Amino acid sequence: MSVPIRLQPDETFILNVGPQHPATHGVLRVKMEMDGEYIVSAETVIGYIHRMHEKMGEIKTYPQFYMNLSRMDYLGALGYSHGHVLLIEKAAGIEVPERAEYIRAITVELNRIASHLFWFGAFVMDLGGFSPLMYALQDREYILDMLERITGSRLTYSYYRFGGLYNDIDDQFIESVKKFIPRMRKSLKKYHKLVTGNIIFRKRLEGNAILSKETCRKYGASSAVARGSGINYDVRRNEPYSVYPEFNFDIPVYHECDSMARYKVRMDEIEQSLRIIEQGIAKLPDGPIMPKKAPKIIKPPKGDYYQAVETARGNFGIRLVSDGTKNPYRLKLRSPTYSNMHLFDETCTGLLIMDALAFMGSLDLVIPEIDR
Amino acid sequence: MIVEKTRKALEALFPQPEQEESSAEKIEPSEQEEAEQKEETPRQNGIIERDYSVHGYHLDVQVDPAQLYVAVKIIDELDYFIESITGVDWIKENQMEVIYDFSRYDFDLCRVVIRTRIDREDPKLPTITPIYAGANWHERETHDFFGIKFEGHPHLIPLLLPEDADFHPLLKDFKA
Repeated sequence: MSVPIRLQPDETFILNVGPQHPATHGVLRVKMEMDGEYIVSAETVIGYIHRMHEKMGEIKTYPQFYMNLSRMDYLGALGYSHGHVLLIEKAAGIEVPERAEYIRAITVELNRIASHLFWFGAFVMDLGGFSPLMYALQDREYILDMLERITGSRLTYSYYRFGGLYNDIDDQFIESVKKFIPRMRKSLKKYHKLVTGNIIFRKRLEGNAILSKETCRKYGASSAVARGSGINYDVRRNEPYSVYPEFNFDIPVYHECDSMARYKVRMDEIEQSLRIIEQGIAKLPDGPIMPKKAPKIIKPPKGDYYQAVETARGNFGIRLVSDGTKNPYRLKLRSPTYSNMHLFDETCTGLLIMDALAFMGSLDLVIPEIDR
Repeated sequence: MIVEKTRKALEALFPQPEQEESSAEKIEPSEQEEAEQKEETPRQNGIIERDYSVHGYHLDVQVDPAQLYVAVKIIDELDYFIESITGVDWIKENQMEVIYDFSRYDFDLCRVVIRTRIDREDPKLPTITPIYAGANWHERETHDFFGIKFEGHPHLIPLLLPEDADFHPLLKDFKA
């Protein structure tokens, strides 16, 4: 017979969310000290699927390690591969043909839309709405099919090479992208009608988990977490790389600092990515996709190199300390959600538990990417 | 220009009594060449301006462990955000390097790398969590991987490794 536990009026209790919990979208655990429904303090525990990618980076050679990058973030894998190839090309001085860079930008943006769509569906599901997930996954499926045709895989792509690409795109791919863009625009309108204006959705998110600019700066937040707090920061614009300076696109910024603002930023980003893809297809130059003299053995000269890229989840940085051999001396991966998740503990203090879970959803977490 | 401003603010850390007062720009390239040519001589503390298109950052600052807190304080006052903290194990020199990355939410671009070298046998550094709350996890991760003790850290227990882990996998002499 179980005896009901009676708490004293000022007594708190510890609630474990996770490590196996649907709201955390992966193996993440949050130890919460609760006063009734309110969170007194929280401690995030990570590391359940830590795989020590950085050690693998030291043991494997550069091309061998390349496929690890797409295993970090299974929703927006191409962004991470892009950062890695850009870094190695910069360090080893490999020239990339223009066509390859355009195709990279197009595929990265397609992948970003796919990632945002999945986030959108899962986020609304966190809040109790199930149908949007089905719509979002259907649209995402079109992207996965397109990418599968040219890259050979659906999630963990290894499409880029040091110097270019593994495979050129063809007319069928371009046609399918051209068909996809208006279809996606129509779907976006549908999503806004279905979800954005919904009064329950708005009541849940507006004013939820206010995140000040200062907090973002102290934790190094990026992506929609920073842009929803009025910080105009996107690596594609602030630190232009690849062919992004050639494109005309806006960085959506909202100043409300709440979960609704973070939601709006990501939804607007889908439209901006569509614009980039449109321009990329229109401007796509002819030419080779690999340089003529692509080195077989990659040996960057001694030194310390850094490359930042904007992935679907934010500012991804990768640092290489090279000693001039076939293996990196040290390879550091700076994952964006690691910093974004870190500010959860501080911000969720004093929130209702359901509001905290809504806030957690708005951070767009992918746990393997935090744990690396 | 924020690069100049940051440089001036950080130069206060490195008084140069013997140097004649020639323009700072002239000193820097020669220092950089020296660093690149003579790999054997250990790098002196000071500021090096790096070529952004090659290295991916602008200012490369090496400080004494005792100066670290002050240097980060200066960076914080200039509105930088913390990007990451990481270590490098220089086993041949019996030293451990800790690298702090900072950048700005701004179109006036400046990436600052602050690095400091400590003894490999007894790696200790002051924590910067009072300045940057976000340094908490980064320092715990660096402690996990390299065994560097951040003195004054509020909660220095394993973060990514198992809670009873007593090994440091990114040390070059680590054997699984």
